[in-house]
Amino acid sequence: MSRFLPRALMAPSIVTLFLWMIVPLVMTLYFSVIHYNLMQPGETGFVGLENFHYFITDPDFWPSVMHTIQLLGSVIVITVVLGVGLALLVNEPFPGQGIVRVLLISPFFVMPTVNALLWKHMMMNPIYGVLAHVWQFFGLTPIDWMTDYPLLSVIVMLSWQWLPFACLIFITSLQSLDREQMDAAGMDGATRFDKFWYLVLPHMGRSIAVVVMIEMIFLLSVFAEIFTTTGGGPGNDSTNLAFLIFKQALMNFDVGVASAGALFAVILANIAAVFLIRMVGKNLD
Amino acid sequence: MLKKKPFPIVRTLSAWGVALLLFFPLFWLGITAFKTEAQAIAAQLFFTPTLASFVEVQERSNYLLFARNSLITSLGSTIIGLLIAIPAAYSMAFFPTKKTRDILMWMLSTKMMPAVGALVPVYVMAQTAGMLDSLPALVIVFTLSNLPIMVWMLYSAFKEVPKDILEAVRLDGATVWEEFRWVILPLTMGGIASTGLLCLVLSWNEAFWALNLTSANAGTLASLIASYSSPEGLFWAKLSAASLMAIAPIIVFGWFSQKQLVQGLTFGAVK
Repeated sequence: MSRFLPRALMAPSIVTLFLWMIVPLVMTLYFSVIHYNLMQPGETGFVGLENFHYFITDPDFWPSVMHTIQLLGSVIVITVVLGVGLALLVNEPFPGQGIVRVLLISPFFVMPTVNALLWKHMMMNPIYGVLAHVWQFFGLTPIDWMTDYPLLSVIVMLSWQWLPFACLIFITSLQSLDREQMDAAGMDGATRFDKFWYLVLPHMGRSIAVVVMIEMIFLLSVFAEIFTTTGGGPGNDSTNLAFLIFKQALMNFDVGVASAGALFAVILANIAAVFLIRMVGKNLD
Repeated sequence: MLKKKPFPIVRTLSAWGVALLLFFPLFWLGITAFKTEAQAIAAQLFFTPTLASFVEVQERSNYLLFARNSLITSLGSTIIGLLIAIPAAYSMAFFPTKKTRDILMWMLSTKMMPAVGALVPVYVMAQTAGMLDSLPALVIVFTLSNLPIMVWMLYSAFKEVPKDILEAVRLDGATVWEEFRWVILPLTMGGIASTGLLCLVLSWNEAFWALNLTSANAGTLASLIASYSSPEGLFWAKLSAASLMAIAPIIVFGWFSQKQLVQGLTFGAVK
């Protein structure tokens, strides 16, 4: 086997991905040190680190970093915990198991924009939404979700979308659990909790790692849900980093500052990647 | 002999309960699409279904054009993606070097940067190439943004091929192509299929690039839906009808392929 072929086979993927990464990165790097505002085409020139300074001292900056982390953390915890519970619930055969599985997985296939509009208008609308009707039924004052709990609303939508994904991966994992070992443990007097804690959970470790990894990749840069529902507001209450960069680029027309922000996001993504490798990487070989 | 245990009724009921609860928003979207605007606002459960909203959606915007664009971009990016990713994953799985892990991790890290960070450069490039609002541009972008995940999934699928089969074939002097065509491909068809399925779903649902790189010609269903989020488009029955028409194809597709898809998504982590 020559060493040439394996490289030739990898080349298309690596070259295209490299270009896909490096060309925008270099352009972004360039934009980030010049004055580049679409509304002031006359003013150009090198400004050094001014854009970075401007982006980091933006009052929306730290909140948006915190929101990015809160969003990521909450959705991962919610989907993993509920996903494990749900998987345990539907794993054993029961009447209609097939239909239940089909119902459970459906939200995963819903387009993010549809997900957002569906929750914003039909579920969470404070006057006509289904949740408002439920609240009224119990004699409570309906909640104006998007205004009063914007970040929580986004977390709810995202959890709804990702719970099915987590759950079904866990079901697949549970199906390969060693039944004999479980029965043996039962005969040795292990309680339900013992079995869960010492047998089931360790067995699911790898699939939990997979779920965390995939969700981390997709949730770090959540955009469509925020764009279509809260628009980052009210104020900056649901602005995450991706949305803040968008705001600078397309609402303030300041490509320079947006580029500085994008480079910051690259750094954050790399920090996350390092965490991911430590936490998950070795689990997947 | 295994004694058949009666299924616990509480368990069955709670499983059904949770499933129906999670499905409820979609059910609601589905029935709202068949209501009049007045019924939609009043949150009525019983009503005479009407197709008026669907008709109006088609009249207001050319649904079929958007649907065609979605189909072309999803299928196109999936096929091209598989053609590029399969050789790479094959090479990494069967001819691993010390750098293989690093390459995989690097690929994954390209996926973690917010797309919005690359928006201006990509927009400028598309504009320079005269490819704004064109399907090829969208296909390229979708392919590249799905590529890391595809290589990963295929890599895990190829990794599971038993080593001794491979050695036997190589001893028999099979060429790389023969080895791939007659041994690897049949054994990993499931993994390849689920990779393709996921890529289809992701491309179909992709909204960010579709919104920012297209307008009238190459818009996909995701961008059609976004146009309904503007205040003047705020009619729930029509919004629901448009949404239903956008998600129904991929959901039905998902129902039929869910087993396959989930199996592949476990990244070989579940044996």
